[in-house]
Amino acid sequence: MSTWHEYIQRNASIPEWPYPINYGKVNEVVTDVLVIGGGVAGCQAAINAAKKGVKVAIAERGHAKRSGSGGAGVDHWHGAVTNPCSKVTPEMYTRACYDSMQGYTGGHVRYIITKESWDTLLDCEQMGIQIRDVNDEFKGADFRDEETKLMFAYDYENKHIIRVWGYDIKPKLYEEAKRVGVNIYNRMMVTSLLTEGGNQGARVVGATGVDTHTGEFYVFRSKATVIATGGAGRLSVFAPEITASGTMADMNSAGVGQAIGWNAGAEFVCTEASGPGGLVGFGYAPYSTANASNTYHGTPIVDADGKEVPWIDVFGRELKTVEDRFLPQEGQQFQLGIGIGISRTNQEFRLNDINPDLPERLRRGEFKLPLYADMTRLSEMERRCIWGMMVGNEGKTRIPIYDTYTKAGFDPDKDMMQAPVMPLEGYFNACYWAGGPNTPPTVRGMGGGGFLLDWDLKTNLEGLYAAAGGTIFGGGCHGESHTTGRYAGRHAAEYAKTAAEPVADSRQIEAEKTHSYSAVKQSKEGNGWKEINAAIARIMRDYCGRHKNELTLNLGLRLLNELKTTELASAYASNPHELGRLLECHALISVGELVIKASLERKASNSILDFHRLDYPEMDPPEWQKLLPIKQVDDKVEVRDLPLDFHLKPPYAPTYEENYQLHCGS
Amino acid sequence: MSDKVYMVPNPPTPNKAVEFNPDICSGCNLCVDVCPTDVMMPNPEKKKPPIVLYPEECWYCGGCVEECPRPGAITMLHPTQQRISMNWKRKDTGELFRLGMKNPPPPNTRPPSG
Repeated sequence: MSTWHEYIQRNASIPEWPYPINYGKVNEVVTDVLVIGGGVAGCQAAINAAKKGVKVAIAERGHAKRSGSGGAGVDHWHGAVTNPCSKVTPEMYTRACYDSMQGYTGGHVRYIITKESWDTLLDCEQMGIQIRDVNDEFKGADFRDEETKLMFAYDYENKHIIRVWGYDIKPKLYEEAKRVGVNIYNRMMVTSLLTEGGNQGARVVGATGVDTHTGEFYVFRSKATVIATGGAGRLSVFAPEITASGTMADMNSAGVGQAIGWNAGAEFVCTEASGPGGLVGFGYAPYSTANASNTYHGTPIVDADGKEVPWIDVFGRELKTVEDRFLPQEGQQFQLGIGIGISRTNQEFRLNDINPDLPERLRRGEFKLPLYADMTRLSEMERRCIWGMMVGNEGKTRIPIYDTYTKAGFDPDKDMMQAPVMPLEGYFNACYWAGGPNTPPTVRGMGGGGFLLDWDLKTNLEGLYAAAGGTIFGGGCHGESHTTGRYAGRHAAEYAKTAAEPVADSRQIEAEKTHSYSAVKQSKEGNGWKEINAAIARIMRDYCGRHKNELTLNLGLRLLNELKTTELASAYASNPHELGRLLECHALISVGELVIKASLERKASNSILDFHRLDYPEMDPPEWQKLLPIKQVDDKVEVRDLPLDFHLKPPYAPTYEENYQLHCGS
Repeated sequence: MSDKVYMVPNPPTPNKAVEFNPDICSGCNLCVDVCPTDVMMPNPEKKKPPIVLYPEECWYCGGCVEECPRPGAITMLHPTQQRISMNWKRKDTGELFRLGMKNPPPPNTRPPSG
């Protein structure tokens, strides 16, 4: 017996909700630091706040032991430039990111990450994560340092990206959080931030939420709050029946942190940016088909006749050996890896790659479909490392791919994995399982935008900090989530130590409570959450898609509001799970409004932000090379201009290192 | 065929996401507790495998399988449209394989590194 259908057919009765339901019952939680989102960033924030001696609570949407985009594991760790083998400095790495993005990434956040990424990884090692080849399985490999036993990815010359055995990193973080006394509230759908006097823009003093097992209401009162939630994957594409298994962000990725921040008056930048991300349309199971990207970087791709496709360096020169794929070539300083949010624009720091003219060569008949990944052409060490070590440890790969494939008889020493057969444009990028025309071209995430933070990783609101790779401006990938969480948690704790007692506004709490339970009181004929979510995604795709103008954006805003006041207002939740998902629809609409309003304010097209205004078609006009921080004041939009390098201008010091030393704390 | 026939919605897509072996599963519900999206619910009958209620919310992290104290009690099942796209070819013989095929080759027993 496994499914609901089987149960029904066998028992001829519908099983009752398994958890006791108490809609409206109020639970009060008083804490020094509240962390919203218990993924890797949130757990790090909580652990590091608790180590400062303050009382910490986590409000987690799923269950903190395995939840979050980083919860499924990690196989390589970016930005660890201060490790003893690295030839890259924090300054070099930060400038590479910043210059590649032509300024459209938070340089200060990148610098903080590169200063502390290695230390954060050492913390993880203390918690029991294997970060070195302690069993000497890869002794003598060209990607291994014999003294430290560290193993490196992508760029074997500069050694700043570390291969790690991180399949169990989340359970280890969870255990550590419990060990240091963090109180974890699982299944918590957070609905709002509480502010002093209930006023937008005032100090944040806690949050409200609903338990999606029991339906009970939670009021969190906190001196400091850290938002460490994930992205808003369901905002523009929603078809979970088809897409959920092909994504690197789960169904809980509803932009709740951004929504509650936006509604409380927090400031955001670059949320108008678009780009592939979040729920990837009709993609294949991640890492499940032949490819030569990310975890599989360097893997030989051959055609149906066994003829290998060529690799080139950053200057377009063909590489002669497999070994060359892992080394910067003459004239290149060092390489940045895949997955730090800037791969589209890596410029001179790009990795060696399969020649992007492959679609044309396939069209000409030079290579014959289908393509295969032929790992037998790799050295024994590299093959074992890619398949046995990295696929064995990356997010969504140990059980879903390694275990599944090996049990089914796949042997990388003998077998070649097939790539998807797809329209030829899809072979432009070597990540064949994720990209290409088999995924809808309208997929749009938040594209690198997010909370605008200062050098303390604090928002513009007193008492509110933020972290996590996909949530803050300047974030990145798995390791970046840990590192920003660790830093934000420290700073939130320091603030909480001297902050005044939080005083929440009872009218705000009552209003939130009323709003939170509206869906369980509607007619049972009301719409369900999936119907609403799909409509939100339709609005975002149609009116805030790749091409937009003032009219379409305003129509989109109008339709979001229509949906909110009609179909969503009368939507019905038959149990706490559906209630949670419907409350997420409210969050999605808030995030949609944020994205559209930010899009309205940038009256110029921008190539780095992949932002195309039909009414302002000139690409990258110089007067628009700036950030446009946006927030709500009395529910009205307020926008200002901010130079791209604001983080090195007054009130800040002129260099990265000076600012870091002034703000890092200890 | 004396079984009663009921009015039920179509089976969801994907049908299962995960499958339980009732001979191995003890109904401890550890997988239910950690699933980030509540794909499974406890069975009203004690010691019985959980009920897969929301398979379309599964994102295939494999956490339930890792959490399970009894190997073989849970199997992760990618949607059929993905199982059908997981293909491989033996280099020497040209034999074609795919995940879910009728007569699969013997398992490769080499564990992952670490």
